[in-house]
Amino acid sequence: MTRDVSTRDIVYIALFAALMAAVNLVPPIYLGFLPVPITAGTLGVMLAGCLIGAKRGGLAILLFVLLVALGLPLLAGGHGGLGVFFGPSAGFIIAWPIAAYVTGWLTEMNWKRMNAVWFFVFSVIGGIGVVYLIGIPWLAVVAKLSLFDAAKGSLVFVPGDVIKAIAAALIAETVRRSYPLMQAAR
Amino acid sequence: MTIGLYAAGRSWLHHLPAGAKVSGLLAASLALFLVASPAVAICAVPVAAAIYLSTGTPWRRLISDLRGPAVLVGFVFLFHLAFGSAEDGALAVGRFATLILLAGAVTLSTPVSEMAELVEWLLGPLARFGFRPEKVGLAIGLAIRFIPVIAEEYRHIREAQAARGLGRNPLALIVPLVIRTLKAADALADAIDARGYDA
Repeated sequence: MTRDVSTRDIVYIALFAALMAAVNLVPPIYLGFLPVPITAGTLGVMLAGCLIGAKRGGLAILLFVLLVALGLPLLAGGHGGLGVFFGPSAGFIIAWPIAAYVTGWLTEMNWKRMNAVWFFVFSVIGGIGVVYLIGIPWLAVVAKLSLFDAAKGSLVFVPGDVIKAIAAALIAETVRRSYPLMQAAR
Repeated sequence: MTIGLYAAGRSWLHHLPAGAKVSGLLAASLALFLVASPAVAICAVPVAAAIYLSTGTPWRRLISDLRGPAVLVGFVFLFHLAFGSAEDGALAVGRFATLILLAGAVTLSTPVSEMAELVEWLLGPLARFGFRPEKVGLAIGLAIRFIPVIAEEYRHIREAQAARGLGRNPLALIVPLVIRTLKAADALADAIDARGYDA
Protein backbone atom coordinates (compact mmCIF):
# COMPACT_ATOMS: atom_id res chain seq x y z
CA MET A 1 0.00 0.00 0.00
CA THR A 2 2.76 2.40 0.92
CA ARG A 3 4.62 1.47 -2.23
CA ASP A 4 2.51 3.69 -4.47
CA VAL A 5 2.68 6.88 -2.42
CA SER A 6 3.73 9.49 -4.98
CA THR A 7 5.25 12.91 -4.32
CA ARG A 8 1.84 14.43 -4.95
CA ASP A 9 0.33 12.12 -2.35
CA ILE A 10 2.98 13.07 0.20
CA VAL A 11 2.30 16.76 -0.37
CA TYR A 12 -1.45 16.24 0.03
CA ILE A 13 -0.87 14.17 3.18
CA ALA A 14 1.47 16.78 4.69
CA LEU A 15 -0.72 19.75 3.83
CA PHE A 16 -3.86 18.09 5.11
CA ALA A 17 -2.07 17.27 8.35
CA ALA A 18 -1.16 20.97 8.56
CA LEU A 19 -4.76 21.89 7.72
CA MET A 20 -5.93 19.65 10.54
CA ALA A 21 -3.65 21.62 12.86
CA ALA A 22 -5.12 24.92 11.59
CA VAL A 23 -8.68 23.61 12.01
CA ASN A 24 -7.84 22.93 15.65
CA LEU A 25 -7.15 26.67 16.02
CA VAL A 26 -10.87 27.33 15.51
CA PRO A 27 -11.91 28.14 19.07
CA PRO A 28 -14.19 25.63 20.84
CA ILE A 29 -17.87 26.49 20.47
CA TYR A 30 -20.01 26.43 23.62
CA LEU A 31 -23.66 25.64 23.06
CA GLY A 32 -25.93 26.22 26.03
CA PHE A 33 -27.59 22.80 26.01
CA LEU A 34 -24.35 20.79 25.87
CA PRO A 35 -22.17 20.25 28.95
CA VAL A 36 -18.93 20.06 26.91
CA PRO A 37 -17.60 22.47 24.26
CA ILE A 38 -17.47 21.37 20.63
CA THR A 39 -13.84 21.20 19.56
CA ALA A 40 -12.83 20.98 15.94
CA GLY A 41 -10.74 17.78 16.30
CA THR A 42 -12.88 15.17 14.59
CA LEU A 43 -14.09 17.72 12.02
CA GLY A 44 -10.64 17.53 10.39
CA VAL A 45 -10.79 13.73 10.52
CA MET A 46 -14.13 13.67 8.70
CA LEU A 47 -12.95 16.24 6.14
CA ALA A 48 -9.73 14.37 5.38
CA GLY A 49 -11.70 11.21 4.62
CA CYS A 50 -14.34 13.03 2.57
CA LEU A 51 -11.94 15.12 0.51
CA ILE A 52 -8.69 13.26 -0.17
CA GLY A 53 -9.80 9.66 0.09
CA ALA A 54 -8.97 6.63 2.21
CA LYS A 55 -5.22 6.18 1.85
CA ARG A 56 -4.19 9.84 1.78
CA GLY A 57 -6.81 10.94 4.33
CA GLY A 58 -5.87 8.17 6.75
CA LEU A 59 -2.16 8.88 6.36
CA ALA A 60 -2.71 12.64 6.75
CA ILE A 61 -4.44 12.12 10.08
CA LEU A 62 -1.81 9.54 11.09
CA LEU A 63 0.84 12.17 10.35
CA PHE A 64 -1.08 14.71 12.42
CA VAL A 65 -1.27 12.28 15.36
CA LEU A 66 2.45 11.58 14.94
CA LEU A 67 3.23 15.31 15.04
CA VAL A 68 1.26 15.58 18.29
CA ALA A 69 3.27 12.66 19.71
CA LEU A 70 6.54 14.32 18.66
CA GLY A 71 5.67 17.20 20.98
CA LEU A 72 3.80 19.79 18.90
CA PRO A 73 0.88 21.47 20.73
CA LEU A 74 -1.61 20.92 17.92
CA LEU A 75 -4.69 19.58 19.68
CA ALA A 76 -7.52 21.94 20.66
CA GLY A 77 -6.48 24.15 23.56
CA GLY A 78 -2.78 23.82 22.73
CA HIS A 79 -2.43 20.27 24.05
CA GLY A 80 0.07 17.81 22.68
CA GLY A 81 3.06 15.67 23.50
CA LEU A 82 3.29 12.06 24.59
CA GLY A 83 1.08 12.73 27.63
CA VAL A 84 -1.99 12.79 25.37
CA PHE A 85 -1.44 9.10 24.59
CA PHE A 86 -1.48 8.09 28.25
CA GLY A 87 -4.62 10.01 29.24
CA PRO A 88 -8.20 8.71 29.31
CA SER A 89 -9.00 9.98 25.80
CA ALA A 90 -5.98 8.35 24.10
CA GLY A 91 -8.08 5.68 22.36
CA PHE A 92 -10.24 8.29 20.67
CA ILE A 93 -7.21 10.06 19.19
CA ILE A 94 -5.55 6.82 18.12
CA ALA A 95 -8.81 5.93 16.36
CA TRP A 96 -8.72 9.10 14.23
CA PRO A 97 -6.53 7.80 11.36
CA ILE A 98 -8.63 4.63 11.05
CA ALA A 99 -11.78 6.77 11.13
CA ALA A 100 -10.46 8.98 8.31
CA TYR A 101 -9.55 5.84 6.33
CA VAL A 102 -13.04 4.36 6.73
CA THR A 103 -14.79 7.62 5.80
CA GLY A 104 -12.44 7.98 2.83
CA TRP A 105 -12.97 4.41 1.67
CA LEU A 106 -16.76 4.74 1.78
CA THR A 107 -16.51 8.08 -0.06
CA GLU A 108 -14.27 6.65 -2.79
CA MET A 109 -16.55 3.64 -3.29
CA ASN A 110 -19.57 5.93 -3.77
CA TRP A 111 -17.88 8.94 -5.39
CA LYS A 112 -20.27 9.02 -8.36
CA ARG A 113 -23.32 9.66 -6.19
CA MET A 114 -21.80 11.75 -3.41
CA ASN A 115 -23.88 14.60 -2.05
CA ALA A 116 -24.21 16.30 1.33
CA VAL A 117 -26.39 13.49 2.72
CA TRP A 118 -23.90 10.74 1.85
CA PHE A 119 -21.00 12.86 3.13
CA PHE A 120 -22.95 13.16 6.40
CA VAL A 121 -23.65 9.42 6.60
CA PHE A 122 -20.01 8.47 5.92
CA SER A 123 -18.72 11.12 8.34
CA VAL A 124 -20.96 9.65 11.03
CA ILE A 125 -19.82 6.07 10.30
CA GLY A 126 -16.11 7.01 10.39
CA GLY A 127 -15.91 10.06 12.58
CA ILE A 128 -18.37 8.85 15.21
CA GLY A 129 -18.85 5.08 14.74
CA VAL A 130 -15.22 4.04 14.33
CA VAL A 131 -13.92 6.60 16.86
CA TYR A 132 -16.27 5.43 19.62
CA LEU A 133 -15.85 1.76 18.69
CA ILE A 134 -12.13 2.06 19.49
CA GLY A 135 -12.18 4.88 22.04
CA ILE A 136 -14.76 3.45 24.44
CA PRO A 137 -13.18 -0.01 24.95
CA TRP A 138 -9.79 1.70 25.30
CA LEU A 139 -11.19 4.05 27.94
CA ALA A 140 -12.81 1.11 29.73
CA VAL A 141 -9.51 -0.80 29.92
CA VAL A 142 -7.19 2.06 30.94
CA ALA A 143 -9.65 3.67 33.37
CA LYS A 144 -10.84 0.31 34.82
CA LEU A 145 -14.44 1.23 34.00
CA SER A 146 -17.07 -1.17 32.71
CA LEU A 147 -17.81 -0.87 28.98
CA PHE A 148 -21.26 0.43 29.84
CA ASP A 149 -19.94 3.16 32.16
CA ALA A 150 -17.27 4.18 29.62
CA ALA A 151 -19.96 4.45 26.94
CA LYS A 152 -22.20 6.47 29.24
CA GLY A 153 -19.38 8.91 29.98
CA SER A 154 -18.63 9.32 26.30
CA LEU A 155 -22.22 10.03 25.32
CA VAL A 156 -21.96 13.73 26.23
CA PHE A 157 -19.73 14.21 23.19
CA VAL A 158 -22.10 12.63 20.66
CA PRO A 159 -24.37 15.66 20.00
CA GLY A 160 -21.30 17.82 19.30
CA ASP A 161 -19.94 15.14 16.98
CA VAL A 162 -23.22 14.99 15.05
CA ILE A 163 -23.09 18.77 14.59
CA LYS A 164 -19.52 18.38 13.31
CA ALA A 165 -20.61 15.66 10.88
CA ILE A 166 -23.24 18.07 9.51
CA ALA A 167 -20.58 20.79 9.17
CA ALA A 168 -18.14 18.34 7.52
CA ALA A 169 -20.84 17.26 5.05
CA LEU A 170 -21.71 20.84 4.09
CA ILE A 171 -18.03 21.77 3.71
CA ALA A 172 -17.18 18.62 1.73
CA GLU A 173 -20.15 19.11 -0.60
CA THR A 174 -19.27 22.76 -1.22
CA VAL A 175 -15.64 21.87 -1.93
CA ARG A 176 -16.65 18.94 -4.16
CA ARG A 177 -18.72 21.29 -6.32
CA SER A 178 -16.06 23.98 -6.54
CA TYR A 179 -12.78 22.06 -6.79
CA PRO A 180 -11.90 18.93 -8.76
CA LEU A 181 -10.83 16.38 -6.16
CA MET A 182 -10.98 12.70 -6.83
CA GLN A 183 -9.71 12.82 -10.41
CA ALA A 184 -6.33 13.35 -8.83
CA ALA A 185 -6.94 10.56 -6.35
CA ARG A 186 -6.91 7.76 -8.88
CA MET B 1 14.60 27.19 16.51
CA THR B 2 12.47 25.72 19.28
CA ILE B 3 8.98 24.73 18.34
CA GLY B 4 6.41 22.80 20.25
CA LEU B 5 6.30 21.86 23.88
CA TYR B 6 10.05 21.29 24.26
CA ALA B 7 11.73 23.47 26.87
CA ALA B 8 15.48 23.88 26.52
CA GLY B 9 17.50 22.92 29.59
CA ARG B 10 20.53 21.05 30.86
CA SER B 11 18.97 18.47 33.20
CA TRP B 12 19.90 14.77 33.18
CA LEU B 13 16.72 14.02 31.21
CA HIS B 14 17.75 16.49 28.52
CA HIS B 15 21.02 14.59 28.10
CA LEU B 16 19.46 11.13 27.76
CA PRO B 17 18.87 9.97 24.17
CA ALA B 18 15.25 10.09 22.99
CA GLY B 19 15.12 6.32 22.48
CA ALA B 20 16.07 5.64 26.11
CA LYS B 21 13.44 8.04 27.40
CA VAL B 22 10.65 6.63 25.25
CA SER B 23 11.53 3.01 26.13
CA GLY B 24 11.64 3.98 29.80
CA LEU B 25 8.18 5.52 29.47
CA LEU B 26 6.83 2.39 27.77
CA ALA B 27 8.39 0.19 30.46
CA ALA B 28 6.80 2.33 33.19
CA SER B 29 3.36 2.13 31.57
CA LEU B 30 3.66 -1.65 31.13
CA ALA B 31 4.75 -2.05 34.76
CA LEU B 32 1.87 0.05 36.06
CA PHE B 33 -0.63 -2.02 34.12
CA LEU B 34 0.85 -5.36 35.21
CA VAL B 35 1.11 -4.34 38.89
CA ALA B 36 -2.54 -3.42 39.37
CA SER B 37 -2.24 -2.15 42.93
CA PRO B 38 -3.73 1.20 43.96
CA ALA B 39 -1.00 1.72 46.60
CA VAL B 40 1.80 1.37 44.03
CA ALA B 41 -0.01 3.60 41.54
CA ILE B 42 -0.58 6.35 44.12
CA CYS B 43 3.02 6.15 45.41
CA ALA B 44 4.30 6.47 41.84
CA VAL B 45 2.65 9.88 41.40
CA PRO B 46 5.08 11.91 43.59
CA VAL B 47 8.03 10.05 41.99
CA ALA B 48 6.76 10.99 38.53
CA ALA B 49 6.16 14.58 39.66
CA ALA B 50 9.74 14.73 40.97
CA ILE B 51 11.06 13.49 37.62
CA TYR B 52 8.89 16.06 35.80
CA LEU B 53 10.17 18.90 38.00
CA SER B 54 13.78 17.67 37.74
CA THR B 55 13.75 18.90 34.13
CA GLY B 56 13.87 22.40 35.60
CA THR B 57 10.25 23.11 34.68
CA PRO B 58 8.61 25.83 36.76
CA TRP B 59 5.51 24.95 38.79
CA ARG B 60 3.41 27.27 36.69
CA ARG B 61 4.05 25.25 33.54
CA LEU B 62 3.28 22.00 35.41
CA ILE B 63 -0.10 23.33 36.49
CA SER B 64 -1.04 24.81 33.11
CA ASP B 65 0.04 21.59 31.33
CA LEU B 66 -2.00 19.37 33.58
CA ARG B 67 -5.21 21.33 33.85
CA GLY B 68 -6.77 19.72 30.75
CA PRO B 69 -5.97 16.07 31.58
CA ALA B 70 -6.82 16.67 35.27
CA VAL B 71 -10.43 17.49 34.36
CA LEU B 72 -10.78 14.24 32.38
CA VAL B 73 -9.11 12.15 35.07
CA GLY B 74 -11.34 13.82 37.66
CA PHE B 75 -14.39 12.73 35.68
CA VAL B 76 -13.10 9.16 35.62
CA PHE B 77 -12.67 9.25 39.42
CA LEU B 78 -16.19 10.60 39.91
CA PHE B 79 -17.51 7.79 37.74
CA HIS B 80 -15.71 5.26 39.90
CA LEU B 81 -17.08 6.80 43.07
CA ALA B 82 -20.60 6.84 41.66
CA PHE B 83 -20.75 3.44 39.95
CA GLY B 84 -17.72 1.45 41.13
CA SER B 85 -15.30 1.36 44.03
CA ALA B 86 -12.98 4.05 45.37
CA GLU B 87 -10.13 1.53 45.16
CA ASP B 88 -10.46 1.12 41.38
CA GLY B 89 -10.80 4.87 41.12
CA ALA B 90 -7.56 5.44 43.02
CA LEU B 91 -5.76 2.90 40.81
CA ALA B 92 -7.00 4.55 37.61
CA VAL B 93 -6.21 8.07 38.79
CA GLY B 94 -2.75 7.07 40.09
CA ARG B 95 -1.90 5.39 36.79
CA PHE B 96 -3.10 8.30 34.66
CA ALA B 97 -1.35 10.92 36.79
CA THR B 98 1.95 8.99 36.83
CA LEU B 99 2.01 8.26 33.11
CA ILE B 100 0.84 11.73 32.04
CA LEU B 101 3.59 13.29 34.20
CA LEU B 102 6.28 10.92 32.89
CA ALA B 103 5.19 11.37 29.28
CA GLY B 104 5.11 15.13 29.83
CA ALA B 105 8.67 14.99 31.15
CA VAL B 106 9.83 13.16 27.99
CA THR B 107 8.10 15.70 25.73
CA LEU B 108 9.52 18.63 27.73
CA SER B 109 13.08 17.39 27.53
CA THR B 110 13.22 16.12 23.93
CA PRO B 111 13.29 18.46 20.89
CA VAL B 112 10.84 17.65 18.09
CA SER B 113 13.74 17.05 15.69
CA GLU B 114 15.20 14.36 17.99
CA MET B 115 11.81 12.66 18.25
CA ALA B 116 11.46 12.77 14.45
CA GLU B 117 14.89 11.15 14.08
CA LEU B 118 13.79 8.40 16.47
CA VAL B 119 10.70 7.76 14.33
CA GLU B 120 12.77 7.59 11.14
CA TRP B 121 15.19 5.19 12.87
CA LEU B 122 12.31 3.00 14.08
CA LEU B 123 10.90 2.88 10.54
CA GLY B 124 14.31 2.00 9.10
CA PRO B 125 13.81 -1.79 9.08
CA LEU B 126 10.67 -1.34 6.96
CA ALA B 127 12.88 -0.20 4.06
CA ARG B 128 13.25 -3.89 3.21
CA PHE B 129 9.58 -4.04 2.25
CA GLY B 130 9.82 -1.14 -0.19
CA PHE B 131 8.86 1.42 2.42
CA ARG B 132 10.86 4.66 2.30
CA PRO B 133 11.46 6.29 5.70
CA GLU B 134 12.83 9.43 4.03
CA LYS B 135 9.37 9.97 2.54
CA VAL B 136 8.04 10.06 6.09
CA GLY B 137 10.75 12.60 6.90
CA LEU B 138 9.66 14.71 3.91
CA ALA B 139 6.03 14.55 5.02
CA ILE B 140 6.92 15.55 8.61
CA GLY B 141 9.09 18.43 7.40
CA LEU B 142 6.46 19.70 4.95
CA ALA B 143 3.69 19.53 7.54
CA ILE B 144 5.72 21.39 10.17
CA ARG B 145 6.67 24.01 7.58
CA PHE B 146 3.10 24.48 6.43
CA ILE B 147 1.34 24.66 9.80
CA PRO B 148 2.23 28.36 10.30
CA VAL B 149 1.47 29.09 6.62
CA ILE B 150 -2.00 27.59 6.81
CA ALA B 151 -2.64 29.14 10.24
CA GLU B 152 -1.74 32.53 8.76
CA GLU B 153 -4.04 31.82 5.82
CA TYR B 154 -6.81 31.03 8.32
CA ARG B 155 -6.31 34.40 10.02
CA HIS B 156 -6.54 36.20 6.65
CA ILE B 157 -9.73 34.38 5.75
CA ARG B 158 -11.23 35.08 9.18
CA GLU B 159 -10.56 38.80 8.81
CA ALA B 160 -11.95 38.89 5.28
CA GLN B 161 -15.11 37.03 6.31
CA ALA B 162 -15.50 39.13 9.46
CA ALA B 163 -15.55 42.20 7.21
CA ARG B 164 -18.50 40.55 5.39
CA GLY B 165 -20.21 39.74 8.69
CA LEU B 166 -19.39 36.01 8.36
CA GLY B 167 -16.66 35.84 11.00
CA ARG B 168 -18.55 33.26 13.08
CA ASN B 169 -19.73 31.05 10.23
CA PRO B 170 -17.56 27.88 10.22
CA LEU B 171 -18.58 27.07 6.63
CA ALA B 172 -17.40 30.48 5.37
CA LEU B 173 -14.11 29.99 7.22
CA ILE B 174 -13.24 26.39 6.43
CA VAL B 175 -14.34 26.03 2.77
CA PRO B 176 -11.90 28.71 1.48
CA LEU B 177 -9.21 27.34 3.79
CA VAL B 178 -9.61 23.83 2.36
CA ILE B 179 -9.62 25.04 -1.24
CA ARG B 180 -6.56 27.22 -0.72
CA THR B 181 -4.78 24.29 0.93
CA LEU B 182 -5.62 21.99 -1.98
CA LYS B 183 -4.38 24.62 -4.47
CA ALA B 184 -1.18 25.08 -2.48
CA ALA B 185 -0.70 21.30 -2.45
CA ASP B 186 -1.08 21.07 -6.24
CA ALA B 187 1.37 23.91 -6.80
CA LEU B 188 3.87 22.46 -4.34
CA ALA B 189 3.66 18.98 -5.85
CA ASP B 190 4.29 20.45 -9.33
CA ALA B 191 7.28 22.35 -7.95
CA ILE B 192 8.76 19.25 -6.32
CA ASP B 193 8.18 17.12 -9.44
CA ALA B 194 9.72 19.82 -11.66
CA ARG B 195 12.91 19.53 -9.62
CA GLY B 196 13.01 15.78 -10.16
CA TYR B 197 12.66 14.78 -6.50
CA ASP B 198 10.81 11.53 -7.10
CA ALA B 199 12.97 8.54 -7.94
